[in-house]
Amino acid sequence: MSVERALEETGNWLDDRLHGARGVRVLLRKVFPDHWSFLLGEIILYSFIILLLTGTFLTLWFQPSMTDVIYHGSYIPLRGVRMSEAYASTLKISFDVRGGLLIRQIHHWAADLFMAAIFAHMIRIFFTGAYRKPREINWLIGIVLLTLGLLEGLFGYSLPDDLLSGAGLRITEGVLQSIPIVGSYLAYFLFGGPFPGNQIIPRMYILHVLLIPGLILALVTVHLFLMFHQKHTQMPGKGRTNTNVVGAPMYPYFMAKTGAFFFFTFAALALAATFTQINPIWLYGPYNPVAMSAGSQPDFYMGWLEGALRIMPPWQWVWFNHTWAFNVFIPALVPLGLVFGGAAAWPFVEQWITGDRREHHLNDRPRNAPTRTAIGITVIAFYGVLWAEGANDIIADHLDIPLYWVTWGARVGIFVVPAIAYIVTKRICLGLQLKDNHLIEHGVETGIIRQLPGGEFIEETRPVDEDTLAVLTSRIAHPALPSGETAEAEVPAPGMRGALGKVRERMYRVITESAPMPDGHGNGHGNGHGNGHAVDGGQESLPAGATSAGPGTDAGEDQH
Amino acid sequence: MLPDRDEGQPPARELPADPPDLPRAKRAERLVAACFIIAMLAGFGFLVAYGTIGVGSLNAVLHSNLALGGSLSLVMLMLGIGAVIWVRHLMPTVERTEERHPMRSTPAEREAFKETFQEGADTSQFVKRPLVRRSLIAATVPLAVAPIFLLRDLGPLPGTSLATTVWRKGLRLMVYGTGRPLTAAEFSSPGSIITVGPEGYLDNDDDMAKAAVIIIKFRPGEVHYSEGNTPVGGYTVRNWTVNNIVAYSKICTHVGCPAALYEQTTHHILCPCHQSTFDATRGAKVIFGPASRPLPQLPIGVDSQGFLIATGPFDQPVGPSYWERGGSPS
Repeated sequence: MSVERALEETGNWLDDRLHGARGVRVLLRKVFPDHWSFLLGEIILYSFIILLLTGTFLTLWFQPSMTDVIYHGSYIPLRGVRMSEAYASTLKISFDVRGGLLIRQIHHWAADLFMAAIFAHMIRIFFTGAYRKPREINWLIGIVLLTLGLLEGLFGYSLPDDLLSGAGLRITEGVLQSIPIVGSYLAYFLFGGPFPGNQIIPRMYILHVLLIPGLILALVTVHLFLMFHQKHTQMPGKGRTNTNVVGAPMYPYFMAKTGAFFFFTFAALALAATFTQINPIWLYGPYNPVAMSAGSQPDFYMGWLEGALRIMPPWQWVWFNHTWAFNVFIPALVPLGLVFGGAAAWPFVEQWITGDRREHHLNDRPRNAPTRTAIGITVIAFYGVLWAEGANDIIADHLDIPLYWVTWGARVGIFVVPAIAYIVTKRICLGLQLKDNHLIEHGVETGIIRQLPGGEFIEETRPVDEDTLAVLTSRIAHPALPSGETAEAEVPAPGMRGALGKVRERMYRVITESAPMPDGHGNGHGNGHGNGHAVDGGQESLPAGATSAGPGTDAGEDQH
Repeated sequence: MLPDRDEGQPPARELPADPPDLPRAKRAERLVAACFIIAMLAGFGFLVAYGTIGVGSLNAVLHSNLALGGSLSLVMLMLGIGAVIWVRHLMPTVERTEERHPMRSTPAEREAFKETFQEGADTSQFVKRPLVRRSLIAATVPLAVAPIFLLRDLGPLPGTSLATTVWRKGLRLMVYGTGRPLTAAEFSSPGSIITVGPEGYLDNDDDMAKAAVIIIKFRPGEVHYSEGNTPVGGYTVRNWTVNNIVAYSKICTHVGCPAALYEQTTHHILCPCHQSTFDATRGAKVIFGPASRPLPQLPIGVDSQGFLIATGPFDQPVGPSYWERGGSPS
């Protein structure tokens, strides 16, 4: 058993110096809850690690320089062409370094996967309410990480200085220029003078390989530490409460699973890089400010901003002898501001409206927060319309629709589609809640018809099994408004006074709209609500200040 | 963060040592080992492919990429599959429950923290001695602004440079690509379009980013000229043309992409980036898309040798809008 001894000696050596036996043991035993959607965050982490590894490899050959050279490398069609050193060295990586093309393609695919996984992870967090207290800080860090990821991606794909990415930079410059008052200064400072100049590639390079990844790494560390420290949320299920964590210990289960998952992520990226071409810069040619090809698209995560530029009517006016280019700076600032700013504010807005200051460790099923889920789908629809509009020329071409129709469709759709998405989603959620209630109250239909002695036919039902029941009954009620009733009470409670209180009360009604809480056992719909509306506020049936209706939701009531 | 536990005696075993179904585990073990061996072989394959397949031509890169990528994918895939079978069929399933404690510290802990913090603040005299405090804060003010000063030399101030291009009277229109001048007679087939730049500046990207021009040849009567300098129906086409050849800035007035597409039948200039569409017969006025201004027109003529030349600079800034552009003619 020499291995055992070697391990023990190493452990002792370390513990003599670090006093780790107790703490590390607790870490090894730490319980991780399991759910497929929890893997989304891991994809982000592993894509990031792969990005760091492959990116480091690329820096060994890449020359972040805009100095003109004449190409003499092994890609014959471009021999003798004037290009920047950045572009020439990217060609070199692709054609003259063994494994260079593979690593370049893995790097690019990993960037796309990184962003896609961030979106998916964020959507998961939002729909399950995992951002709620005490995790608001991690939610905000996540939004900062998403923003950094967008910038990092934009800078990264602009580095090769090819025709496509150069056009992206030209657009970036044009957008910067449009910003009132400081626009032309920002553009001149970023580009070191007039576009394109010879500064932008080296500047983006150092931001791309040092500053932004450094920030991302630091924030990811904090993000993971907080996740560890606050313990992971869990999905509702049998034996899972707001005050426990049910799952497998980190060592060996989680470590082995997550190790496997790293390999799968790497395998997926390697397969993509082997069999599918991405960003073939040699086909685009070197950047020159005079040429542009049809069908130009940015990487997918910038597509919605591209769509925002395309959708805008030509609103631009000269006021006070200055140009107000609303057609450019609105699409550049408003969608980002609305979605990211709204996302950042949401946990606090929701808390203010509902007055719910409890800790939440048991996730919501999306249907159990119909308004939140509907808002989430609304944002996705908004994003989706912009994203589709970002490819309006491709859509028009492939579907044989006139180009302007596509844009007009998007101009209308940007208002209509999110509105429909909101209404439909909310109805679906409420319907699913009623279905759950039916299952809880009446059990599962068995398909067995029985005739009663009196001649009546009934269908037999059986109660749902315990595991399902635990999930079905996981819905918890919202705390009632501070006044106990509504702001129409004689003396409104603090926080419910004035116009703001009225707004809060109205929003409270919208945000807490839910099917009535299930009756528990079997006797149907006894307690009709005053207004006879089937889906009006489950909170009404609860005593004022109640914090809990479901199992295991009794932790951390309002402590203010 | 770390709950108090395992004081004293070592705890009893919490996890089972063996999976319940041993014969099945034996099969799984072989399967896992097979996966790992395939991964190892694929790994060697990767090394061999690196050593034997060169690069340096399209074909070689194609093969190298397939061999390296294929073997690397196989390594990762087999490691992943092996690890999953290992977890699912060799490790006995367990479920543990851990208690969660509210994040909030106990009142006593909070009180203790508050006291410690207060003690430190008192001892440091930071609160009691406003002179020290305020002078320290004052000292940090210039430091906080310093980075903004340090970034000042990132670029020159724009001044009026966005408003002008290198075009001036007498500069020849050189065909972009060949670098040769052009006579009006050579450019004779109606419907064609050529990208040109000012003589002597074709290789300067900074200059060309603003000075790129397209010239379009029309049939007689196709171009709708406006009288004098007054816009008619929202557009201006000055009679700055030669033999029905009209010159427009190629830089889109939206965000600066080259407006590179031209549809002969409709005479529409389309910017491929955001689909702003300009009517070339009516002073390149915007007929669709996010751009709000026409493409500026360059006045052209011919020199003594018959070559097309600019007869003056653009009468307004070209390219995307910017704050200081203001009331320049549009």
